Amino acid sequence: MIQPYKGVGEPLIDIGRVEKFYDLGKANTVRALDGVDLKIYPNDYVAIMGPSGSGKSTLMNMLGCLDTPTGGQYYFEGEDVAEMDDNELAFIRNQKIGFVFQSFNLLARASTLRNVELPLVYAGIPKWERQEKAYSACEKVGLGDRVDHKPNELSGGQRQRVAVARALVNDPSILLADEPTGNLDSKTGAEIMELFDELHSLGNTIILVTHEEDIAAHAHRLIRLRDGKIEVDQVNPGRG
Amino acid sequence: MRRFLSEFVESIRIASEQLVAHKTRALLTMLGVIIGVLAVTMMGTAMNGIDKGVRQSLDVVGSDVYFVARHSWEQADDAWRHLKNRPAIRDIESDRINEIISETEDSNLYRAAPDVYWWPQGDVKTKDRSVANVQTRGTDENFEFINNAQIGEGRFFSELEESNARGVVVLGYDVAEALFPYESAIGKTVRVKGIEVEVVGVFERMGSFFGLMSYDNFALVPLKWLRKHYQWEMHTMIRVKIAPDADREEARYELIGAMRRIHKQVAEEEDNFAINSTDSMEEEMSTIKNVLSVAGFGITGLSLFVGAIGIMNITFVSVKERTREIGTRRAIGARRSSIIIQFLMEAVSVCVVGGIIGLAIAYAGKLGIEKIWPDFPFVYSIGLIVMGMTASVVVGVFSGIIPAFMASRLDPATALRHE
Ligand SMILES: Nc1ncnc2c1ncn2[C@@H]1O[C@H](COP(=O)(O)OP(=O)(O)OP(=O)(O)O)[C@@H](O)[C@H]1O
Ligand SMILES: [Mg+2]
Repeated sequence: MIQPYKGVGEPLIDIGRVEKFYDLGKANTVRALDGVDLKIYPNDYVAIMGPSGSGKSTLMNMLGCLDTPTGGQYYFEGEDVAEMDDNELAFIRNQKIGFVFQSFNLLARASTLRNVELPLVYAGIPKWERQEKAYSACEKVGLGDRVDHKPNELSGGQRQRVAVARALVNDPSILLADEPTGNLDSKTGAEIMELFDELHSLGNTIILVTHEEDIAAHAHRLIRLRDGKIEVDQVNPGRG
Repeated sequence: MRRFLSEFVESIRIASEQLVAHKTRALLTMLGVIIGVLAVTMMGTAMNGIDKGVRQSLDVVGSDVYFVARHSWEQADDAWRHLKNRPAIRDIESDRINEIISETEDSNLYRAAPDVYWWPQGDVKTKDRSVANVQTRGTDENFEFINNAQIGEGRFFSELEESNARGVVVLGYDVAEALFPYESAIGKTVRVKGIEVEVVGVFERMGSFFGLMSYDNFALVPLKWLRKHYQWEMHTMIRVKIAPDADREEARYELIGAMRRIHKQVAEEEDNFAINSTDSMEEEMSTIKNVLSVAGFGITGLSLFVGAIGIMNITFVSVKERTREIGTRRAIGARRSSIIIQFLMEAVSVCVVGGIIGLAIAYAGKLGIEKIWPDFPFVYSIGLIVMGMTASVVVGVFSGIIPAFMASRLDPATALRHE
């Protein structure tokens, strides 16, 4: 009973036959991504699943303009990413995409507020405005009372909230999360997923990678990867 | 522009956090820069000091005085080859020069005085006190008008005293001070090489060369008196001062002409005397300075280079350690240039802090040396600070640019996978 997913509107992301091959020599080529076609529409809520090594992270990096494909096309909001130079890619990563990582990737010596501020620094926003925006992003994720804490003074769930606030601070159109609950216990993970649900209901586009069925259950669309290929792309049947 | 500014401020902030987080490491890396900047400032100070010392000593002698002597101070090799064929300079030639000056209309020369001295330098004594190694020179009354130093007390000896070989002496400040610490020296009797003479004048204090060689350790006696008591051969020079506002080169040619007339030289003959001036001293000093500056540049350059390599190394380590951070920053919108600025600033700030420490140590050193060697003409100028700081910034950029560039070329996806 597979129900293929149909998006609405113009796709934000449109990739066609995207490949990422790692040539390790001696006719040994790793096909991390092997001809992936994918369209992401506004306000999609996508879970990507698949066995380890199936190319999920590679796909996420590709979508987030952190990695360049060895073949295929990538259109971001209708523009060909292959044509963009490094500064334009940096601009997209800064303004259009928010990243959340499994291991949080916060600056260890910086406070919550400064971590959340960082994308705004690269956007060239003046300090007072930066702090205002960063503060409201912290409040959005429920960390309004933790802005002066350093990461090592926060719990895992709180750290991930900082990372989510950092991802949100520039009002990106897409949130990319690679196993955002992978380092969290199931209760904390559920809390983060509640946050994602809320962000989705507010209009954000969310793509997340997960190994856990109950995490994936939050998404409306489910993609299964295997050996660098999309196995299924369907309306999430397990959605509860 | 604004983006650059906020990135710049951010990078300074990161850099200072890194410095604080790795104090010992930073300090060790800085060592080369500290030593280098120390060397730069010390060199500059020494150089300025030498300059100041030389200028002082030239002022004492007077840069407008020529010294007619048998041989050149510059020791060109043909000078000593011809030396044995040259006649000795005789003190009466001083009077002949003065005659020629007075005969010449609008002469470029002002006045000549003999300058006769012997080695070893003698003692000057009173009953109770004695000063050793006093430069004792015989001259005539014209000397007063040639020397730059002024008589501080009493007077110079007169033409009459000179021609009558009177036993009078004019002392340098240090000699008078040592022999008569509590009273005026004027009118007192001292013994110059065992013979009693009367002190008629004392010169003003002129100081010393780097606090080492006093300019005030001399005694001037009438030349006739000197000749009367010491018949053996002595060094004879003639000091000739040029006229005020006269052209130095023209004055020199006029003096050469006068000496050739006195020595009755014919047209083809080479000069059988030498005209010396403080210019040659200056040249010699500038040679010393050049040697010093080459050595200084060597030391400075080497330590700065070693420092730069150390900082380059530590910046590489820092890039390696923070590969994941670089990936994260790239993921949230840092450009390549942002990463370059960040690591460049880290290297530069290490160097600038090193430079400041170096300058501070140099300043402390200056205060210390001034305590034990008060006359050393130390010069610690704004220029030196600027030079030291510039050197540190240059070293920082030099050592940071390659690691920073490499950090900026890291593939974001690969950097994020880094453990
Ligand atoms: N830099 C690289 N060089 C060579 N092979 C690579 C490189 N990066 C990834 N791969 C390979 O590409 C494949 C996909 O990797 P990827 O990280 O996308 O897997 P994943 O689905 O995210 O796995 P996991 O669930 O364990 O995170 C793997 O086989 C991996 O070994
Ligand atoms: Mg992965």
